Amino acid sequence: MTQTAMEPTSAMSKPAKAASIPDEAAITPAHPATEFVRAFARNQSAILGLVLLALVFALTFLGPVIYPLNPYEMVDMPFAAPGGEYAPLGTDYIGRDILAGIISGGKATLAVGASSALISVVIGILIGSFAGYFGGFIDAALMKVTEFFQILPALLLAMLLVSIFGAKLLTIIIAIGIVSWPQTARLARAEFMRIRKLDYVNAARTAGAKNSYLIFAVILPAALPPLIVAAGLAVGSAILFEAGLSFLGLGDPNVMSWGLIIGQNRNYLLDAWWTVTLPGIAIFITVLGISLVGDGINDALNPKLRRR
Amino acid sequence: MDPILSVRDLVVEVDTGSAVHKVIDGVSLDLYPGKTLGVVGESGCGKSMTALATMGLLPDRFRVAGGSIQLAGEEMTTVKPSRLRQLRGNAISMIFQEPMTSLNPLLTVERQIAEVVELHQQKSRAEARDIALEMLRAVQIPSPEARLAAYPHELSGGMRQRVMIAIALACRPKVIIADEPTTALDVTVQAQIFRLLRDLQMDTETAIMLITHDLGAVAEMADEVAVFYAGRSIETGPVAQILDTPAHPYTRGLMSCTPRLKLGAQAREPDAGALGEIPGMVPPLGRFPKACRFAPRCALADARCTHDAPPKVALNDAHAALCWHAKEEAFA
Repeated sequence: MTQTAMEPTSAMSKPAKAASIPDEAAITPAHPATEFVRAFARNQSAILGLVLLALVFALTFLGPVIYPLNPYEMVDMPFAAPGGEYAPLGTDYIGRDILAGIISGGKATLAVGASSALISVVIGILIGSFAGYFGGFIDAALMKVTEFFQILPALLLAMLLVSIFGAKLLTIIIAIGIVSWPQTARLARAEFMRIRKLDYVNAARTAGAKNSYLIFAVILPAALPPLIVAAGLAVGSAILFEAGLSFLGLGDPNVMSWGLIIGQNRNYLLDAWWTVTLPGIAIFITVLGISLVGDGINDALNPKLRRR
Repeated sequence: MDPILSVRDLVVEVDTGSAVHKVIDGVSLDLYPGKTLGVVGESGCGKSMTALATMGLLPDRFRVAGGSIQLAGEEMTTVKPSRLRQLRGNAISMIFQEPMTSLNPLLTVERQIAEVVELHQQKSRAEARDIALEMLRAVQIPSPEARLAAYPHELSGGMRQRVMIAIALACRPKVIIADEPTTALDVTVQAQIFRLLRDLQMDTETAIMLITHDLGAVAEMADEVAVFYAGRSIETGPVAQILDTPAHPYTRGLMSCTPRLKLGAQAREPDAGALGEIPGMVPPLGRFPKACRFAPRCALADARCTHDAPPKVALNDAHAALCWHAKEEAFA
């Protein structure tokens, strides 16, 4: 009943309001999302990062269409130099095309980066939010676990997990996720400790909200901005991690990735620099792009760092 | 008439790590439907702690150590957390001091009001939206349809406090605790907010506990008054009696601190603009005097006041004060 009575009023009141208070629009700040996009667009290095990432994605997803060559197939003599007849970027130690390897390895590398970062962020947010929200004993216990993971050398632990459970892509993703969540947990905990004391959280509590509702619906959205940035940077470090594992011979040999190309050719670095350097450049560009975009998001979300 | 909220001999303790102090020591209050109880006193005298204890929201290290708080016959100090959540926002709600920080900056006005309704009354989204709109009309926000989609940062302080009141009233609670609801607002807005609260109270028979240190606000809003000092309620009674014939020297001191407008010949008297003051300050926690807690600052204090705890002196059946000198003061 109320609704039917309301509809015509709301339709009429809109133009009336716009006419009567014209200067309200002038002082009302833009929608937060618009404001964010503007601040991001003003940041030149963030735009550069975005361009680099766009290049990487284009290479990975459009590359196979433009250059449909099987990365596992021998196309020329081993160690053919770049600019050769059959392989524009040269071949590796068994004569496989490096360019085809880079194009098809991007998918696995990006997938490892994104999924490992997702795992580490989910674990980190869960542990950090519970520790920061409840405090006391729960906080102490969860932080001891976090510290345990922090003091272990991450690469060593990941190597251990991969050697025990086998060098499969899924194992590698999970191993990287498991060793890299403590930073996110600490960040989430700090944000939760700060936000849970704010008045509006107490106000929600007086309205009868449950703990789970307070954690996930009231505090988490407010804690997200730094966590989103951390998640972005976690993608970069997961890619580096995967490359490191592959370099040490613990990559999945059945899935082409940039790390794998480097790992398999690392003994011939001095004889055939391109086999290691070119996929290395691909990793460098990707991680640089992610970092620049991550910093750009961070700056754009922080009103104090926005340049007018 | 039975009180809707009844606090009896409430004791709240804080554990500072090195010692345990009583921040509230034997406070009793009664709130009646449709009436307003003004709770006044200086900062740190236990007003807000009483409110937080009632809501079950005491901060870490604070706990209820004795006494009872009954909301419509239900004991709040021992209630189960799940039941407490049902009561909060539904049977009893709270208006916070700072409208600037008490609204969730990430949610629209509609969501903040509708959320409480959805939570407690199993209403659908559309129904909750209608109630939110109705509440915005009730708190007299201009063009409420447009304001539903607004975020808190787009509203002024007075508007935000209205939204807070709308949230607090959305489920028609029996009791509202308003903890200095107008401290952060302009005087003109303050008057509007009070008028609004009174009008809404008349419609809904809600009992209001108004916590403030502004005696003007009490005079305007309250039916009954409780004056707090150092964790105790030292004088209680109907507002007219407290303001006309204060029986406790502290109440009298508080009133002399309130500026009044003087006109004509009065304004030309040498002392016309001078305000009274109460010497000294509220003793820190754990350093409360043993007998009368106000004795060190009291002009009337004598040997008896520093040796024996003052009795509760009833001046009539509604008005009582915790003071050896209550009778002489009241009838002076």
